[in-house]
Amino acid sequence: MTVIETKGITKVYNPKKVPVHALRGVDLTIRKGEFTAIVGPSGSGKTTLLNIIGGLDQASSGVVIVDGVDITRISDNKLIDFRKEKIGFVFQAYNLIPVLTAAENVEFIMLLQGISKDKRQKRVVELLKSVGIEDQADKRPSKLSGGQQQRVAVARALASKPSFVLADEPTANLDSKSTAQLLDIMAKLNQEEGMTFIFSTHDQRVIDRARRVVTLEDGMIISDVTR
Amino acid sequence: MITAASIFFAVLFSSFMISFQKGVWDRMIENFLSSYFGYIQVQGKSYWEEQSLDYAFTPDEQLKALPKELKGIEGMIPRLESFAMASYENMISGTMVVGIEPKEESKFSGLEKKLVKGQYLQPGDQGLLMAEGLASYLGIDVADTLVLIGQGYHGTNAAGKYPVIGILSFPSPDLNKKMIYITLNEAQTFYGAEQLLTSMVIQLRNNDDFRLIKKQLETKLDTSRFEILQWDEMLPELVDAKKSDSAGNYIFILVLYMIISFGIFGTIMMMTKEREFEFGILTGIGMSRKKLAIVTWLEIVFMGLIGAIAGIVGCIPLVYYFSKHPLNLADYMKEMGEIYAKWGFDPLLPTAFEPGIFLNQALIVFVLTTILAGYAVYKIFRIKPIEAMRK
Repeated sequence: MTVIETKGITKVYNPKKVPVHALRGVDLTIRKGEFTAIVGPSGSGKTTLLNIIGGLDQASSGVVIVDGVDITRISDNKLIDFRKEKIGFVFQAYNLIPVLTAAENVEFIMLLQGISKDKRQKRVVELLKSVGIEDQADKRPSKLSGGQQQRVAVARALASKPSFVLADEPTANLDSKSTAQLLDIMAKLNQEEGMTFIFSTHDQRVIDRARRVVTLEDGMIISDVTR
Repeated sequence: MITAASIFFAVLFSSFMISFQKGVWDRMIENFLSSYFGYIQVQGKSYWEEQSLDYAFTPDEQLKALPKELKGIEGMIPRLESFAMASYENMISGTMVVGIEPKEESKFSGLEKKLVKGQYLQPGDQGLLMAEGLASYLGIDVADTLVLIGQGYHGTNAAGKYPVIGILSFPSPDLNKKMIYITLNEAQTFYGAEQLLTSMVIQLRNNDDFRLIKKQLETKLDTSRFEILQWDEMLPELVDAKKSDSAGNYIFILVLYMIISFGIFGTIMMMTKEREFEFGILTGIGMSRKKLAIVTWLEIVFMGLIGAIAGIVGCIPLVYYFSKHPLNLADYMKEMGEIYAKWGFDPLLPTAFEPGIFLNQALIVFVLTTILAGYAVYKIFRIKPIEAMRK
């Protein structure tokens, strides 16, 4: 079952002044349950592609179909709702809300979805347990290590029960041990719950664990290998 | 916290300033009114417009009973006022002759304190008190005799000779060159206006109640015979002076509000900038801009409410203290203090302790805050999650 389909995506920054072509016609299809790494050197367009798939940025041209909906043609409000219901994000810099505890960060998106308090709290416990930081639930992000923060970010990404998780360089700020632990967790969620993961990375450790590797260069897909 | 603090100080400063301005004006008016006019006067119908003895009135039982019937009235000061020519040797001058009850008048207006030479008038005296400037112009002194000639009640001739028993000094040059006081009985005899009065000054227990007392008087007295005037009807020029001073103050207050607005806007702008990252994450993960804007706006409004309430609470002791312990101008500007004293006024600058002022200022600052909070709302609707999260 196709979860994401992009057709001829282009992205040009500063089109009127000094045009920078970040993406030059990307066609990509992601199926449910895939564990995909989008790789390539810096400036190849990995993050831009992820941001466009996630509806955080707009393509200059082309079509992005997520769960059968062309997200390039919907309003900003609908796109925000779409992100809330369908997409989980894991950012390189974790991007947790600094004033909320780990548990509250995970719970927040469920609050936006209107889920009842009992259900929210039950799921928060499950998620924090699944990423192995249930004992850190009451700590704020500033009191957690980088690895722990990224695990909270993964738990938050999964909290809304999204169709897929987009992870932009999730291990860039982590040490080897934390990277291994995080990849184990994501691989487990992928295998046991069938959660679709799409990473942008140039970390070889992540690439080694991916079952599909899409390589970008100069805004174009130059290889797409499924192992 | 910074936003709430800036709102707190804004309410505090604006309330104190308005209280101070109002307090000083109220004090000045009180000083002025208690020196002659009083807050309320009962006069014969049409007397105020015509200023003629023909509109004098006889105080009836109903009028005399007022201090017993209305608790807000402390006493009544009867007067018979009219004009006359005063002559001494070769000199002549127009004067205002006021018939008074000496003790009541002095208790009310402190007339006896203005005496600079001779004796103060006593009930039954057949002499007169006159203003220092007038005495000097006529070249008359205590124990000399002054001739008064004028028009009495219903066109009769009024003429009499009165020994000068005392000289009064008035700070107002206008009063100092025309005022003459005789006893009420002598004035009634002089003008042929037996038992008649031109005005009855109503002395109040609390001057702030003058509007209420006026309403009560209107129900108690026959308004076809009497006219009940409050101070601002008798002294429109004083009202105009206050208005004109207030107009200047409005500009000052406008500048103050602008400074306050920029202060509050600065804190809101800083808060919005600091939280751009947070707003980026929230919209990025799926919080609607509308919901985020409402929450942020409410947060600022709530801060504004806390600041405004704290401002009111902070103002109460400050304004109350200065209302009870007014600044004494003489302590800071000796010359100004002397000028005030010369006019018979206290050189005190009190604040007006009126809850309405605090509430108004708090409300104005609060409304300004809620409007300025629109900036945060505007930024939220314009935020781009990707750019905000990079910051």
